[in-house]
Order: sequence, then C-alpha cells, then structure tokens
Amino acid sequence: MMGFVWFWLVAIMIVGYVVLDGFDLGVGVLHLFLTRNESERRATLGSIGPVWDGNEVWLLAGGGTLYFAFPLLYASAFSGFYLPLMIVLWLLVLRGVSLELRSHLDLGVWRALLDGVFGLASALLCIFFGAAFANVLRGVSLQPDGYFFLPLWTNWLPGTYPGVLDWYTVIGGLVALVALMQHGALWLTVKTSGELEQRARRVVTPLWFLLVALTVISLFATIYVRPANLDNYFNYPATFIVPVGVAAALAAIWFWNRRMQPLKAFLASASYLFLMLAGGVWGLYPDLLPATTGAANSITINRAISGPYTLSVGLIWWSLGMALAVAYIVFVYTRFRGKTGPGAANGHGAAS
Amino acid sequence: MSSELIDRLQFAFTVTFHYLFPQLTMGLALLIVVLKTVALKTHDETWNRAAKFWGRIFAINFVFGVVTGIPMEFEFGTNWAQFSRVSGGVIGQPLAMEGVFSFFLESAFLGLFLYGENRLSKALHWFSAVMVFIGSWISGFFIIMTDAWMQHPVAYTHAPGGQFELTSFWGLLTNPWGLRQYAHNMTGAVVTGAFVMAAVGAFYLLDGRHREFGQIFVKVGVIAGLISTILIIFPTGDMAGKYVARNQPAAIAAMEGLFRSQTGAGIVLVGQPNEQTGHIDNPIVVNDMLSFLIYGTTKAEVAGLDQFPRKDWPTAQPLLFYAYHIMAGLGTWFVLLMVVAAFLLWRERLYNARWALWALLLSFPLPYIANTAGWLTAELGRQPWLIYGLMRTSQGYSSMVSAGNGLFTLLGFMGLYALLSLLFTVLMYREINRGPAAMAHAAAEHTA
Ligand code: HDD
Ligand code: HEM
Ligand code: HEM
Repeated sequence: MMGFVWFWLVAIMIVGYVVLDGFDLGVGVLHLFLTRNESERRATLGSIGPVWDGNEVWLLAGGGTLYFAFPLLYASAFSGFYLPLMIVLWLLVLRGVSLELRSHLDLGVWRALLDGVFGLASALLCIFFGAAFANVLRGVSLQPDGYFFLPLWTNWLPGTYPGVLDWYTVIGGLVALVALMQHGALWLTVKTSGELEQRARRVVTPLWFLLVALTVISLFATIYVRPANLDNYFNYPATFIVPVGVAAALAAIWFWNRRMQPLKAFLASASYLFLMLAGGVWGLYPDLLPATTGAANSITINRAISGPYTLSVGLIWWSLGMALAVAYIVFVYTRFRGKTGPGAANGHGAAS
Repeated sequence: MSSELIDRLQFAFTVTFHYLFPQLTMGLALLIVVLKTVALKTHDETWNRAAKFWGRIFAINFVFGVVTGIPMEFEFGTNWAQFSRVSGGVIGQPLAMEGVFSFFLESAFLGLFLYGENRLSKALHWFSAVMVFIGSWISGFFIIMTDAWMQHPVAYTHAPGGQFELTSFWGLLTNPWGLRQYAHNMTGAVVTGAFVMAAVGAFYLLDGRHREFGQIFVKVGVIAGLISTILIIFPTGDMAGKYVARNQPAAIAAMEGLFRSQTGAGIVLVGQPNEQTGHIDNPIVVNDMLSFLIYGTTKAEVAGLDQFPRKDWPTAQPLLFYAYHIMAGLGTWFVLLMVVAAFLLWRERLYNARWALWALLLSFPLPYIANTAGWLTAELGRQPWLIYGLMRTSQGYSSMVSAGNGLFTLLGFMGLYALLSLLFTVLMYREINRGPAAMAHAAAEHTA
C-alpha cells in the first residue's frame, strides 16, 4: 500500500517538474527562433524570469523524495546513469547562469553568446530528459546486486547491454524536445502579446504535426522494445483511457490554439505531458527500473522501498509541505498574472 | 588514483564551492530584514534602497548557490551510491524536507522580493524579505541535520537488508550534535554577511562615493559583526569543541595535534604536526589550557592519538590540524577587529578612521576562509568514517563508477566552476561599482 502511494507521489513530482520546468525549457529553445529584436527577447525571457528557479525546485524535491522513499533506486539509477546525469547537471548550471547573467550584463555581443548557451542547454536538457525516461521504459542492464553502469552509447541498439542513447531513446528525446517546444510556445501565447504572440501561435502548428507523428511512433516503439509495458493495460483494460486521453489532449491543443484560447491550449498541453508520463509509468508498475538482463534483476517497489516508519512520517510532512508549496506557487503566479509587455525585462531591478 | 579518492575530492570540491554562496546569502538574508525593518519603521527611503542594493547582491549569490547546489543533491546518488542505499531512509528525509519546506518557499518569495516591489504593499514587501530569510535558514537547518546524522548517528536501527532505518523522526531533527552545529554554522554565515557588508561600506567611504550608504553599511556590518564574532567563539564554538571531544575523541586529538594522552594537556597555538615523530615541531603552547577548555579543569586527562589504532586516525591529520587552527585563529582576529571598529563607531570616529576602514575592507575574504576551514575540520575529523562508527568512507562510494569516469567529471566541474568564478567576480564588481544610488535611476527609467 505504502509502496503504491509513494510510487505515485514520486511520479506526481516528476510530472510537476516536467509540466512546470517544461515550459521554461521550451521557451529557452524557442526564443532563439521566435524573437526578432532585443525587446521581444526580453519579453520572452521575462515571462520565465521570475519562475524558472521555482520550477527547478520540483526536480530537487522530486529527487529528494525519491531518495528517501526508494533509496535503492536512487543509488542505483544515479550511479548507473553517471555520465548523462553529470552532463545534465552541467547543462543546468550553464542554463541558470546564462539566463541570470543576461539581465545583469549589458555587453552587446556577449548577450548573443549567453542567449545561444541558454537555448542550446535548454534543447539538450529536453533531449536528455526524454531519453532518460525512455531508458527507464526500455530497462537497463541491472546486475543481481542492484547496480549497473551505462556508457553513453554502444551500438545504438536496445539490447541486453544498451547504452544511454540508442535509436529508441533518441526517439524519446525527440518526443520530449518537440512536446516541450510546443509547451513553451503555448506558454508564450499566454504570456506575450502582439506579433510575438502571433508568431508563437503559428509555430505551434508544425510542432503539433511533428508531435502527433512522434507520439504514435514512440508508442509503437515502446511496445516493440518492451512488450511487457502493455501487461498492466491488458490486466486493467479500463486504463486504456490513458492513451485515449493522450489523443484527446492533442486534439484539444489543436482546437484551443486555433480558437485563440491560449490558456486552455496550454492546459491541454500540460495534460498531454501528464498523460504521456503517467501512461508510461503505469506500464512499469510495480517495477521502478526494469532489467534487460532478466526480470529477476529488476528493481521493484518492494525491493527498493524504505521502512514503514520512514514512509508514514514522510507522508505527514510531505503532504503538509507540498500543500504549503502549492500555496506559495499559486500566490506567486497570481501576483505575476497577465502578459509581460514588450518593455518588461527579465532583469531584477529593471522589472520593478 | 582510486575511485574512492576521486569521489571524495569531487564531493569536497563541489560542496566547498557551493558553500561559498549560501554562507553569504544566509547571513545577508538576516541583514536585509534588518535594513527593511528600519526602512519600514522610519519611512526612510535610503534604508529601503540599501535593502534593494543588497537584494541584488543576494540575487546573484542565490543563483550561484542554486546552480552549484543542484549537483550536490545528486552527488549522493552518483558518487556515494552504496552509502545512499543504506542510509537513504534516514538522511533522505531531511534532504527531501529541505526541498519541500525551504526551496519552494525561498524561490517563491525571492521572486516576489526582487520583482514585486511595485505590486506589493510596503508591509507585504517586508514580509517577503522575512520569508526569504526564513527559507534560507530552514534550508541550512535541514542540511546541517543531514550532515549531523553522519557525524553523530541517532534515532536509527539496523534493518535486515543492511540498511539503516529511522526510529524517531523527532530524534533525527533534534540531534544534539546538529543543534550545536546549526548554532555555530549559522553564526558563521552572519559573520560572512556582516564582514561583506562592512567591507562594501568601507570601500564606498574610502573611495568617497555613496557616503550615505557607506555609513549605513559600515554601521550595520560592524554591529552585526561584533555580535556574531563573539557568539561564534562563545558559546557556539566552545560547545562544538566540547561536543567533538566527548563524541569523536580521535578527531579532537588530531585537531589539536595531541599525539600522546596527557593530564593537564596544553593547547598548541602555533606548530607543525610531524606524523613521523609524533611531535609538534616549533610549538607555542599554553599549558593546561586544552584540559580546561574541554573539561573545565586544568588537570583533566585528554586522550591523545596514541589511544587509537592507526586505522582509526583521521586520514588527513595535518590538514585537519591546520584547518582547525586557521578557523580558531581567524576567529580571534575577527573579535579584535570588530571590538575596535565598534568602539570607533560608538565614539563616532569610524567613518573617518581610514586605517580601520582599510582593515575592514581587506578582511572580507577571511570569513570565507574561516567557514571553509571549519567545514574541513568537521568533515576531515569524521574520517575514516563516512557515518561515524557505522560505515567507513571506503564502503560508501559508487564502486561501479570507474576512476576514469570520475576523473572526467571532476575535471569537468573544475573547468565549469573556474568559469563561474570568473563570471561571479565580474558581476559582483559591476554591482558594487554601480552602487546603490544608481539603482534609483534604473528603476525610474523603467517605470517611465
Ligand atoms: C566564521 C567562521 C568561523 C569561525 C570564526 C569559527 N568557526 Fe568553528 N566552524 C565554522 C565556522 C567558524 C563552520 C564553518 O560553521 C563549522 C563547520 C561545520 C559547522 O557546523 O560549523 C565549524 C566547525 C567547528 C568545529 C567542528 C565541529 C565538528 O567537528 O563537527 C569546532 C570544534 C569549532 N568549529 C570550534 C570553533 C572555535 C573554538 C572557534 C573560535 C575560536 C571557531 N570554531 C571559530
Ligand atoms: C551536501 C551538501 C549540500 C547539498 C546537497 C545542498 C543542496 C542544495 C541545493 C539543491 C540548492 C539549490 C536550491 C534551490 O534551487 O533553491 C542549495 C542551495 C542552498 N544551500 Fe545547499 N546544499 C548543501 C550544502 C549546504 C550547506 C552546508 C548549507 C548551509 C549550511 C547550504 C545552504 C543552502 C542555502 C541557504 C541555499 C539557498 C541558495 C542560496 O542561498 O545560495 N547548503 N543547496
Ligand atoms: C558547506 C559545507 C561543507 C564542506 C566545505 C564540506 C567539506 C567536505 C570535505 C572537505 C570532504 C572530504 C573529506 C575527505 O574526503 O577526507 C567532504 C566529504 C563529504 N561530506 Fe562534506 N562538507 C560540507 C557539508 C556537507 C554536508 C552538509 C553534508 C551532508 C549532507 C556533507 C556530506 C559529505 C559526504 C557524503 C562526503 C563524502 C564522504 C567522505 O569523504 O567522508 N558535507 N565534505
């Protein structure tokens, strides 16, 4: 029971991270292409300036929650994905610093460099996160002691001893890149106005088609790479509602974007992300990290879970803490409600 | 190089670098509340602008603290997998609480504090500064409690799978080691904040710019500096020392360079520990002092390193000895400096006493050194244990990560952080050079 609860609590934190940091990652990729001048760039980056740090906290809080609820998974996955994780950390460092610096330094050409770093780091992070999720769905070469170590790539085929990158996980990375770019574009339609808003709305169309195609491909690829991901669906056929929901969310994005209802389209995109992740995670349950080396090596909930006392006190403070956190977040988002005008900057002093 | 050594070096390097930022933000958060409170009480716009200036400095440090903190959180898993696996159920708890209770709070209210002045009433803006302060101090609390469990494990049992399991949540959060450590460490953060504030003020006064602000910064910095430098020695430092002596006797012997047990042990002020001969070279000693400091009587017996098998000696004994002496030595200097500065302030002579202002200006790096040396003391003193008395450091690292991969990422961090240091220096220089007065301009332009 506790295992089930914490499995979903961790999943929710990951979804929270993807939905929230997802739009600022997407904006990070897009701002290079969408903006025509400095004031548009400021409006674009100003729309994420006050919130990106809070969004990243979901990653930390999720990581911490994973750590104490499923220590074995935390230990095994983080050391096994050593190199890609370190690269992700470096990208997060570069990304955070480049966004903050641009608001402090008025150094013409350097600004272009910072914007480039910010965009590139954002794009690579989208790809890495998507690939990471695909790695979990595919499984890794776990040894009986519960550990593994993956090189960045081997022969690009998902086999018993795969690398972090193979054709399957690259598809996962692309799905994430396109989905988050679309998510970011929709965020911009909510938060900006004028030409910028229209450009953001237009860019959704090609991204949407790409995303539909990639979603279908990734679905079949997942079933091909690890058929067991379907077991839960056949055992509980009602849960086929999840892929149906994914399709509905995609349709809703299209519809609301056409109807110029940016907030609804954005929320539809959030639902798409939520359902894609939830659908994948449901396919795993009760595994946390499947093994390509035989099911006996898989890390399951029961194998990784902490003691009952830890989990039950955890449930108390976790609920309290997250309720508070959500309250702060709602408070901040309502204070910064509305569009960021073209003059609004992302600089600290400047924004006041 | 073994992977164990590389994991240790990487953790030590990244956490030491990380802590350069939070020590200032935690100290400044308190001082900003002081500035904001005065501004609110007196309706004096100068104090408000002073708070705003430090808000900008805070923000830059905060960002660097965040981006260097994120790797720390993950390095437990990447580099210390075996440790994480057995202890995650215990120390994962305060770590996760730090995220849930403080990082959300801090990031939300910092956004309001920095961007929201025009959208909030004066009182709410003051409140957001207070919340940022609370958030950063809660953050410090949870991370110290995490560390304290490794120094002095409490409230656990052994589970069948070899893991440690928590038995009392309350026991974990009131770990007596941690409470002492927290008091001492947070005082150390205030020392850093106070010295930096005083140094910037002294710089403005010496340079003849922003005199109004320079005086405020020097005044607040010196008063906070006087209080915190006294508190850091007594009672907090004294308590820390006594507790270490009772609970990690090998660590205190190594810190003090006490190779042989003694009754009426003296304290070594200066000297070089010589592990080969088991003596201190070139010692300057105050007789009986160590016995007195630890046990309150000059005749008490203090255990030396000879009481412990060599394999239980802290692994980097000489470095531990120097780190401890640097911390304590600087602590003494801080009190001297602040007492003199506070005296001059009281006699209203400080703002014109150039030599004292120079001393304040030049002393700003020293609290960083003292805080870093303090952490070296704590962490090296814990060796060779990863969890004191329970797990050796050699049992805890990620054995499946090869030394080659570890070295690659260690070098990567060094390169990246070298770049960050450069950027940070440029940013701080710019911000201080621009000064608090210029900001009124910038704000006016944007509202126009
Ligand atoms: C401004 C910084 C500063 C100054 C002047 C001092 N300390 Fe300190 N000290 C720290 C900053 C610090 C620290 C960075 O905050 C540490 C590291 C771990 C901790 O919790 O606090 C620490 C640790 C630390 C420890 C180790 C605790 C352990 O092993 O876990 C002892 C015994 C002392 N201190 C004692 C002193 C004494 C007797 C001082 C006075 C002369 C002193 N410290 C000045
Ligand atoms: C292994 C040790 C550490 C880990 C895992 C760690 C983790 C982190 C993380 C993840 C952040 C970013 C939070 C955000 O996004 O807002 C952060 C920032 C922070 N850390 Fe650490 N940290 C460590 C050591 C310390 C220590 C020793 C202290 C102080 C006692 C400290 C105090 C802070 C504070 C106050 C912040 C807020 C950001 C700032 O003010 O710079 N940390 N830390
Ligand atoms: C900011 C303050 C800190 C500094 C400067 C610091 C410094 C160090 C140093 C120098 C080492 C290497 C010791 C050695 O290898 O001999 C180390 C190791 C370590 N520290 Fe800290 N530390 C800090 C805070 C923390 C905190 C808050 C935690 C726990 C939450 C922590 C956990 C560890 C771990 C897990 C290791 C690796 C294992 C070991 O070498 O014992 N440190 N730290």
